[in-house]
Amino acid sequence: MAAGPFEPKIVGFLCRWCSYTGADLAGTSRIQYPPNVTPIRVMCSGRVDPTFIVKALADGADGVLVAGCHPGDCHYQEGNYKTMRRFPMLLKLLDQFGIERDRVRLEWVSASEGERFAAVVKDLTEKVRALGPLNWNGKRAAAAAAQSA
Amino acid sequence: MAAKPKVAFYWCASCGGCEETVVDLHEDVLKVVEAVDIALWPVALDFKLKDVQAWKPGEVAVAFINGAVRLSEQEEWVKLLREKCPLVVAFGSCAHLGGIPGLANDKTRDEIFANKYFRSPTVDNPGKTLPQEHCRVNGYELELPNFWKEVKTLDQVIEVDYYLPGCPPPTSTVAAAVGAILKGELPPKGSVLAPEKSLCESCPRKDSKPERLSISRFKRIATSIPDPEKCFLAEGYLCMGPATRSGCGERCLHGNMPCRGCFGPTPGSLDQGTKMLSTICSLGEADTDETAQAYADSLVDPLGTFYRFSLPASLLRRSRRQEPV
Repeated sequence: MAAGPFEPKIVGFLCRWCSYTGADLAGTSRIQYPPNVTPIRVMCSGRVDPTFIVKALADGADGVLVAGCHPGDCHYQEGNYKTMRRFPMLLKLLDQFGIERDRVRLEWVSASEGERFAAVVKDLTEKVRALGPLNWNGKRAAAAAAQSA
Repeated sequence: MAAKPKVAFYWCASCGGCEETVVDLHEDVLKVVEAVDIALWPVALDFKLKDVQAWKPGEVAVAFINGAVRLSEQEEWVKLLREKCPLVVAFGSCAHLGGIPGLANDKTRDEIFANKYFRSPTVDNPGKTLPQEHCRVNGYELELPNFWKEVKTLDQVIEVDYYLPGCPPPTSTVAAAVGAILKGELPPKGSVLAPEKSLCESCPRKDSKPERLSISRFKRIATSIPDPEKCFLAEGYLCMGPATRSGCGERCLHGNMPCRGCFGPTPGSLDQGTKMLSTICSLGEADTDETAQAYADSLVDPLGTFYRFSLPASLLRRSRRQEPV
């Protein structure tokens, strides 16, 4: 990777029923938004074990987005409630690790909210950009060095 | 009769509790001494580094090393033992996962030194003297080991063949491990010498666990007394059982104390802390952001609770929080 301005690397866990479809809608509607989120389609935001989020950060991501159906709309009735319950505790834990709250975000994005998905990605990308690289355990710098070699 | 196999015990950043386990074998320790010769045991017998350097490779069959690694001196010793011994067993939670000393990874080295040498109420240090790696006293050059920026597990420093988990490992698992080594009946390299199921499986209270656990806020063991028969989680006490390997003999549970997680994660789990967080929060009653926040607020120290024994072995390994010194 050439040494240019910092571009945040954000991992996005998107629920297959709502948020991934919402992201698709953002694309088919030709809404412009930053390309910094790498989407990973999951069956439900409830499937996103906090271990995944922490692993993404430990392995070089600068931020993580988890997006699922609005409360009450979960395809599996209550998967998103499980995510909602885990998030405040996860953020509290990440505080203790010294990871800023603005790097990790939970959002509800329905299949019809392409505009909202684009706005969320834009806002998150700018917030993470302002915070700078996380570079946990030097993983980001190491990956950049390997790529340029 | 062939010569008895020789074993070594060594300690790094530990409290001595693991040594206590060996002493707790009581008269069975005589059977151990009958079967093996103890070639190194700093807690009980006087050995020097040069004694170990003089060992022929393979002369000592197995090294049981307890304690986490934080000093350059500990690194030197464990690397030497690794070089000399065909088998290295990480003995106890600290060598296995970092253990209680690993919680120091919540603080920076500067914070630890400031607290220890400046702020501690029993320290009077107007000159703000800190330990130095090199100094001259009366014409002699004195040396102290380097204090690393973080606590490491044994396998982050040297290759480890087997792990004996627990704080401390129960005598029964130690005796079984020594027996297996003597007979040469060992599982695949890298195994943790304990059952693979979670503690809940062997919990004496498991019948009292309701079909669906539902917790609205956490109770604290310091301010209330749990029912001696009921599932701790059902009562609202944080018990690490679901995310912790069994095999400990349920010692804490019998003492009416919820599991604190010393046996480490179950196989296949990358991170004991986030696994426990996932379990305990998914079970909550909260159904709004506010109630979920109140639930999180009722647990005082998630990092210290979820990673009480495993912070250096966790995915993030250490906190980056920088506090003014």
